[in-house]
Amino acid sequence: MLQYIIKRLLLLPFLLFVFSIIAFILIQAPPGDFLTSYIAELAASGSSIERAQIDALRTLYGLDQPYYIQYIKWVSRLLTGDLGFSLDWQKPISELIGERLALTLALGIGTFIFTWMVAIPIGILSATKQYSFFDYFFTVFNYIGVATPTFMTALVLMWIAFKYYGLSITGLFSPEYIDATWSFDRTIDLLKHLWLPVVILGMDGTARLARVMRANLLDELKKPYMEMARAKGLSEWRLVMKYPVRLALNPLVSTIGWYLPLIFSGSVIVATVMNLPTIGPMLLRALISQDMYLAGTIILIYMILAIIGTLISDILLAWLDPRIRMEDN
Amino acid sequence: MSEVKPLLSVENLKTCFELDEGTVKAVDGVSFKLYPRKILGIVGESGCGKSMTIKSILRIVEKPGRITSGKIMFQSTKSQGKAESKLVDLAQLEPHCKQIRSIRGNEIALIPQEPMSAFSPVHTIGNQITEAVLLHSTIGTSEAQEIAIKCLREVGIPNPEQCMEMYSWELSGGLRQRALISMALVCEPSLLIADEPTTAIDVTTQAQILNLLRILQKDHNTAIIFITHDLGVIAQLADDVVVMYLGRVMEVGPVDDIFHNPQHPYTKALLKSIPTINTVNRSSLPTIEGSIPHAFHRPKGCPFHQRCQDMIPGLCDQKTPALHPVTDHQSVSCFKIHDFVDQP
Amino acid sequence: MNPAKSPPNPTTSMGSTSTTMSDDTFRDDDAFDVAPNWKLVWWRFKKHRLALVSGVVLMVIALIAVFPDFFSTRNPHKTSAMQSFMPTQGIHFFFEGSLIPHMDKLVGKRNSTTLKMEWKSHKTQKVPVGFFVEGYDYQILGIIDTNIHLFGVSDPKSLQSIHLLGTDRLGRDQWSRLMHGTRVSLSIGLVAVSLSIFFGILLGGISGYFGGWVDMIIQRFIEILQSLPPIPIWMALTASLPRDWSVEQTYFAITIILSMIGWTTLAREVRGRFLSMREEDFVMAAHLSGCSQMRIIFRHMLPTFTSHIIATSTLAVPVMIINETFLSFLGLGLRPPAISWGVLLQEAQNLQSIALAPWLLLPGLAVIITVLALNILGDGLRDAADPYS
Repeated sequence: MLQYIIKRLLLLPFLLFVFSIIAFILIQAPPGDFLTSYIAELAASGSSIERAQIDALRTLYGLDQPYYIQYIKWVSRLLTGDLGFSLDWQKPISELIGERLALTLALGIGTFIFTWMVAIPIGILSATKQYSFFDYFFTVFNYIGVATPTFMTALVLMWIAFKYYGLSITGLFSPEYIDATWSFDRTIDLLKHLWLPVVILGMDGTARLARVMRANLLDELKKPYMEMARAKGLSEWRLVMKYPVRLALNPLVSTIGWYLPLIFSGSVIVATVMNLPTIGPMLLRALISQDMYLAGTIILIYMILAIIGTLISDILLAWLDPRIRMEDN
Repeated sequence: MSEVKPLLSVENLKTCFELDEGTVKAVDGVSFKLYPRKILGIVGESGCGKSMTIKSILRIVEKPGRITSGKIMFQSTKSQGKAESKLVDLAQLEPHCKQIRSIRGNEIALIPQEPMSAFSPVHTIGNQITEAVLLHSTIGTSEAQEIAIKCLREVGIPNPEQCMEMYSWELSGGLRQRALISMALVCEPSLLIADEPTTAIDVTTQAQILNLLRILQKDHNTAIIFITHDLGVIAQLADDVVVMYLGRVMEVGPVDDIFHNPQHPYTKALLKSIPTINTVNRSSLPTIEGSIPHAFHRPKGCPFHQRCQDMIPGLCDQKTPALHPVTDHQSVSCFKIHDFVDQP
Repeated sequence: MNPAKSPPNPTTSMGSTSTTMSDDTFRDDDAFDVAPNWKLVWWRFKKHRLALVSGVVLMVIALIAVFPDFFSTRNPHKTSAMQSFMPTQGIHFFFEGSLIPHMDKLVGKRNSTTLKMEWKSHKTQKVPVGFFVEGYDYQILGIIDTNIHLFGVSDPKSLQSIHLLGTDRLGRDQWSRLMHGTRVSLSIGLVAVSLSIFFGILLGGISGYFGGWVDMIIQRFIEILQSLPPIPIWMALTASLPRDWSVEQTYFAITIILSMIGWTTLAREVRGRFLSMREEDFVMAAHLSGCSQMRIIFRHMLPTFTSHIIATSTLAVPVMIINETFLSFLGLGLRPPAISWGVLLQEAQNLQSIALAPWLLLPGLAVIITVLALNILGDGLRDAADPYS
């Protein structure tokens, strides 16, 4: 298994290199650059800027150099830990992203834990008590959950909370904690606000995961080793948990690979709607205003999260399934 | 000779499946007795209810099947940890209650039909065998592992310690079958049930396994019920034979009597269809006319009457014959032999 | 024959029980023996009642997509500041015992502090509503001129108009916009999935059939594409579309962008199947009897999983619809004057807007219903097409 992990780890730098190129191409794709949209903004608000000033800014930000030079400069700065400068916010990117990144991770990981903790038991119960009221109820809930886009759920819930309870559920902190420094109380406040976005974000994934778990488990419950284990004298509950659940979980583990990055990037929409201070809304704004380095850095972060997610899922899969572990030997 | 009590006594067992399309009577009034340390072979065509009978004994019949009537009297010697002797009606117990679970694996063990898929692919052989030991005793894990290794060695597996760490898909078919047998014997059950133990393996391995079963039976004083459709295996292994057809017992008796003095037309036809050394070259094998009726369209009267050459019209297609003794040890259900009608 | 194998098929997604027919019925029915594959699939599909209902619902939606103007009540682009933020209006069918469809007349007043229009029902005045009435002019399929609409205000000269789903901040009729948005949202899904299928089968087939280094290159390419997080990439790509492109250009660009990552899953499946099928006996038999490579691929290998492709595609369309919806919702996808469900929902982007006019959320229902219907239909097709159950 060690060989397997090492092989995967060796691929990382290559992937990162390819991804950085893709990220760079993406952010250069829009015609013009930050300065053109900046000028357009100024023009729209009625002010203007001197030609000489524009040229000076261009040279300052390196926007007049050929693409490959810009790319090399960007990557070499990244490797030294300098994330660059945001033209829109006029601040170093590391300052901007720091806390938002942490909150994005908190949201993502929270959603992941919620999804698995809820979906697996539902899947197990649905499969073992097939055709019961519980099963039908969750089947219906499942279909509707998958069909409803996350932002709709967010909007509807926000509206209900506002109309009937007068609450305005936006953001991740109560007003008094927004700019405060980290403390225990602030963490508690975060958790109090975090659960709702986690539930909204996790609904879709929970529905899908429970469904797949149910289908996998139903397949496993019919297999011959179940009869054998029963004939040995195992109780129904222990029997189900030890064998088919374990086997049904295997293929699910490989879904972690694409699910983790999906939660991180999928939170963009919910974060925009609910006004959460994560990096998603920041990316949106950066894309619209062509704040190149900020957009590029955030996209690269998402890509890195995606790679890590796949790696984690591959390692887990190899650890759980001895058949894969043995392939290397 | 003092009266030996039967280890297992099945009395008029009936197991049905209630489906949307109709009721399937998989086991329709089966009775036989098994004495300690004896080997009973159940033989019959596919679909005659042999597997369902033993599943009913172990109470592992899948839904929507269930036992509708009859008794399964079992002489339990290890009731729930204590070494006392008790007669239990297995048919009366709840399908997964504690009592039946302490009997399964511990006093009645199963060797299933497909060694290929009886083991879980993600747990080691050792894990699964020690699980059987730990379920039915209070000893520690390492002691249980010792017992497992000893059992593996006994069934002829060359490197038991290594085998414990292996997975089922790493073993050959024959080794897997042996590992299954060892898992069944590890708790020293008084009754071993083998579901077609030789069907899934090749002929040479078949001989070895049968030999192994005979040796193990003597060494552990186990009674064995085994199912097969191969009369040759019956001849080699069984002390007594039960011939089943469409969920009912056609004939039961000691193996010599069944082979040399068959009473029921079905038994006779089965025996006639085995090629022997005396068969004339290039002559066609006698077969049994017709085919098995559909599960939902069981005929009235004797289940075999539609294919029977000795059918008595007006009797065999109206009334069902009871399983009635013709000698001290042999019983048959046929109106040609006796007049006793089955009371449902 | 083991009777225990007859119980209902538990892998049917909705858990519905399909009655298994006993062998006797089919043995007598010759039609069953010689029926072509699609007929068999259709027979099994018919038993899944929920999927049939979904099919009907989707046909209605498709009808709306083809003839949106017929179902609309007002020109969807027409703005009217005086009629902004009108709430939903219901049609009442009975008036004092007789069947006269009508609706309440709404009276509006501009709130002096918020400067927004506020509306109340007139206590007595009613506006008669009819079916198949005359309304604004339009062209059916761009050829036939007409002005008949499914329903609307009975008197064509009346200044009143019916707003089933209310109006937005520019006074545009939401119902009519929803009807027109159906065409765009639905078609984007279909076109994007079609493109994905095309590339998926093409590249997957080449990869699986030829193997070797062709396979390796395509596989690495697919792996890289699959490791990319789709949402940020889509966001970046759609954000880079020039603002001055026409609606059509943006539309096509978005379908291409959406299909770019979707084809990889299908390609992998096709490749897997081709690889395993190459070794199958029936392919070898076809080869030995003299079939050309093309014939083997199209006549023998491809049909074995056509039904699977149809089923997976049906399940992929709603995903694409949701993707386009949220991209437009964020302002990155289609933009006004294009109308899609996502563009409609953009008006309901934050709490302030929906607190003011909650009916702006109703187009979301259209998304949910369509996606639900497509998912149920897709599941039904997939179960009916599975030859192993």
